[in-house]
Amino acid sequence: MAEPLQIDFGALEEPRIAGIDLGTTNSLVAVMDLTGPRILPGEDGALLVPSVVSCSRNGEVSAGSPARELLITQPDRTVYSVKRLMGRGVADVEEELKLFPFRIAEGSESVIRLNLGEKTFTPPEISAFILRQLKKNAEAALGEPVRRAVITVPAYFNDAQRQATKDAGRIAGLEVLRLVNEPTAAALAYGLDKRKEGVVAVYDLGGGTFDISILRLHDGIFEVLATNGDTHLGGDDIDNRLLRIALEDIASEWGDDLSANAEAVQLLRRAVIQAKERLSFVPFTNIELEYRGKKYQREITRELFEKLIADIVDRTLGPCRNCIQDAGVTVEGIDEVVLVGGSTRIPLVRKAVENLFRARPHTELNPEEVVALGAAVQAGILAGHVEDQLLLDVTPLSLGIEMMGGVVSKLIHRNSTIPASATEVFTTAVDGQKNVLIHVVQGERELVKDCRSLARFDLKDIEPLPAGAARIEVRFLIDANGILNVTARDLRTGKEQSVEVKPSYGLTDEEVEAMIRESYEMAEADFAERQVREARLEADAILRALEKAKQNDAWFALSDGERAEIVKVENQLLLAYHSDDHLLIRAQIDYLNQVTMKLAETMLDTAVKAALKGTKID
Amino acid sequence: METSCWQCGGPSEQSLFCKFCNSLQPPAADYYRFFGLERRLSLDAAALQKRFYELSRLLHPDRYSRRSANEQRYSLEATAILNDAYRVLRDPVARAEYVLKEEGFDIGEQRSKNVPSDLLEEVFELNMALEELRDGDASVRPRLEAELGRFDSMREEIDQELAALFERYDRGCQRETLSQIRGLLNRRRYITNLSTEVQQELENR
Repeated sequence: MAEPLQIDFGALEEPRIAGIDLGTTNSLVAVMDLTGPRILPGEDGALLVPSVVSCSRNGEVSAGSPARELLITQPDRTVYSVKRLMGRGVADVEEELKLFPFRIAEGSESVIRLNLGEKTFTPPEISAFILRQLKKNAEAALGEPVRRAVITVPAYFNDAQRQATKDAGRIAGLEVLRLVNEPTAAALAYGLDKRKEGVVAVYDLGGGTFDISILRLHDGIFEVLATNGDTHLGGDDIDNRLLRIALEDIASEWGDDLSANAEAVQLLRRAVIQAKERLSFVPFTNIELEYRGKKYQREITRELFEKLIADIVDRTLGPCRNCIQDAGVTVEGIDEVVLVGGSTRIPLVRKAVENLFRARPHTELNPEEVVALGAAVQAGILAGHVEDQLLLDVTPLSLGIEMMGGVVSKLIHRNSTIPASATEVFTTAVDGQKNVLIHVVQGERELVKDCRSLARFDLKDIEPLPAGAARIEVRFLIDANGILNVTARDLRTGKEQSVEVKPSYGLTDEEVEAMIRESYEMAEADFAERQVREARLEADAILRALEKAKQNDAWFALSDGERAEIVKVENQLLLAYHSDDHLLIRAQIDYLNQVTMKLAETMLDTAVKAALKGTKID
Repeated sequence: METSCWQCGGPSEQSLFCKFCNSLQPPAADYYRFFGLERRLSLDAAALQKRFYELSRLLHPDRYSRRSANEQRYSLEATAILNDAYRVLRDPVARAEYVLKEEGFDIGEQRSKNVPSDLLEEVFELNMALEELRDGDASVRPRLEAELGRFDSMREEIDQELAALFERYDRGCQRETLSQIRGLLNRRRYITNLSTEVQQELENR
C-alpha cells in the first residue's frame, strides 16, 4: 500500500524554541502552539521533572523522577535543590551546608564542586543534566530536535547566578536565547487575554527563592516598574524547619539521633513535605516515618504549622514593601496580584498576601506551571510568532565600581530598565602605567565589602604615558538577560582597548568550553553505547534464528562446505559481539545474513511447499 | 560622523533606520535627538512615555533575535540608550542635570556638600538633635519628624521654582538661567541628602 501523502507543517517553519522553567524543586518545559503555550510531558506523562540528579557507581547520570527515587536509596550519589548553589562561592553557602546534604569537594572556592559518588560536578553541570532531560522530553514530545531555549531565573538573581544558568544551558547543548525573570514570565502567561491596562504585582514563592515584581501593563507592553526578593527563601526553608522538629522528636523518643543518617533524613524529609502539602487542604495531619522497624508519628495542626513558619512568611513582606516604594505606586494603585510558585498554595502565605495588598490574588493558573508557560510565550515573542507583546524588564541590583577607600560609585541603579548602560572614563595614576584594574560590584550598600563582587576587568596594554594622560572610556552594558558586558575604547586613538574579565564567582569561558566538549563526548559515549546495545539485540535475533534453523531439514540439505562456512561466520559474529564496536557487529550480521541466504530460501521454499500441501484438497 | 548605511550604502540621515533598506542604524547618543525632541527643559510626561513605548517596540532586542548580528548589536545598543534616555528625560532633575552637562556646566556632587548659607543655623541645630537621638534621647523625635515635613515643603517650593526656570530657559536658552537652575539643583540635592539622613536615623533608632 502506498504511503498517504504527508505534509509536514513543522518542517516549513524554523525549529521551535523551548521555554524552560529551571526550578529549585521541579523543572518544566513548554512550547508555543497555535492555540497558546503548552507544557510538554516526559515519557512518564508527568509535567513536572524533579530537579534532582544522581550519578551511579558506573558513572551513569540520571535526572528527574528516577533520580528522586535514588535520593532515598543512594543519598550520597544524589543531589537536589542545586539551584541554591548556582553562581555562589563556598563562603556564601555555609548556612546552607548546615541544612542541605551538599557534599562539597576539596578545592572549591569561587566555584563550588559537588561530590556525587566518585565524580565531581559544578552546579551548572548538574543543572545541565536537568536541562538535558527537559530537552530530551521536548524532543520526544515534538518529534523534532530542540536546540534553542528561553530559560527563566529568579528576578533577584545577580549577575553570577544568571551567568551560571546560561552556562548550564550551553553545557546542555542549548543556545540560550534569553533569560527571563520568573515573575515576569508568569505575568506574560497571565496577560495573554487579560486586561489591557493596569498595575500588577507578582508574588513568587518557590522552592528556594522569593521574588516580588510590580509591572505596568500597557497595550501589550509589560513594563516592570520594580523588583525585589530573596534568592534564599522558599519552601525548602519550611521543609527544613519541620524536619528539624521531627528529628528532635525522634531523638528524644528513640534515643537515636538520625540527623547524620542520610537515608533516614531523606525519608523523613519526604514525610514532612507530604504533611506540609496536606496541610494546605486539611486542618491537621500526621508526620509519619517507619525506619528499621521503628515507627514515628506526630500530629501537626495547621495552627501549629502556621506558627512555625510565620517568620518565614514574614520575611517576604519587607521586600514587598520596598518593591511597592521603588515602583512609585501605592497599595491602592495595584490593580491585581498574581501568585506564583508551589509555596503560594499555603493558606498562610495567601492570607499574608491578601492582607498586604488588600486584594484577592489570582490563582487561576497552576502556580507551578505558570512560569514555564510564560517562558514559552517569550520564546514565541523571540520567534516572531507573538507580535503584540513586549517585555521590558529591569535589573534587580545596582551596579557599581570600587573607588578609593573601598567606596562604591554606582553606575547603574537597581530597577533600571534593561538593556541599560553607563560610561566612565579611566586614566592612569603613575607614569608609564600599562594596566588599569576595575573592580565591579553589585548591591545597594555604600562600601565594597558589603556588596557582591561581580568581576575584575583588566584594561591591558595601555600605551605608556605620563600619569593621567591616558583616557580609556569604559562602557558597562547590562543586556536583556541582566548580564553585564564591558567594552573599552582608548579615547586618544579611538581604538578598541582589550579587556580581560576575571569573574569573582563562576566559571571562566575556557572552563565552560571544556565542559561543553566533555558533555559532547559524554553524549557521544551515550549514543555509541546505545548503538552497541541495539546491534547486539539484532545479533541475538539472528543467532537465535540460526540455532532454530539448524534443526530444520533445510540445514541438512546444505553441502558440508556451506554448513562449515556458516559456522565460521557465526563464530566471527560471536567474537564481534563482545567488542564495543557496533559497526563491526553490524558488518558480521550482514555477512551472516549473506551466507545463510540459501538456507533461508530453502527453508521458505519448504515451508511454502508444506503449506501448499497442507491446504491441498484431494 | 558616519554618513552611509552599513547595509546598503545609501545616504544616512541621522535616523534610526535607513530609509532605503530599512535596516537598523548605529544609534545616536544624544538623548533628545534619540527621542526626536528639541532640547527643552519642560517636557510632556505622557507624550514622552508614549514615544518610549513606540520606540521600545521598534528597537528592543526581542524583535531582532532572527536578524543579522550587526542589527542585533545595534538593537542592543539602541535600546540601552533609549532606556538610559527615558530614565533621564522623564525625571525633571536628572533631565536638567543632563542639559547642564551637555552645555558644559560642572555638576559634580561636591558642590551640593557645601551648606547653603541660609540653612547654616538650621543644619547646626539639626545635627545637635541627631546627636541626641543617637545618644538615646527619644524626646527629639517629634522635632526631627517635623523637620522632615519641612524638608518636603522646601523641596516642593524648589520644584515650583525649577518649573518656572525651565519655561524661561525654553523661551530664550540663556546660560544665566541654566546657572540659576544649577544653584537650585544643588540646594535641592543638599536637602534631599539631609532628609535621607534624618529618615535613616529615625528608622534605625
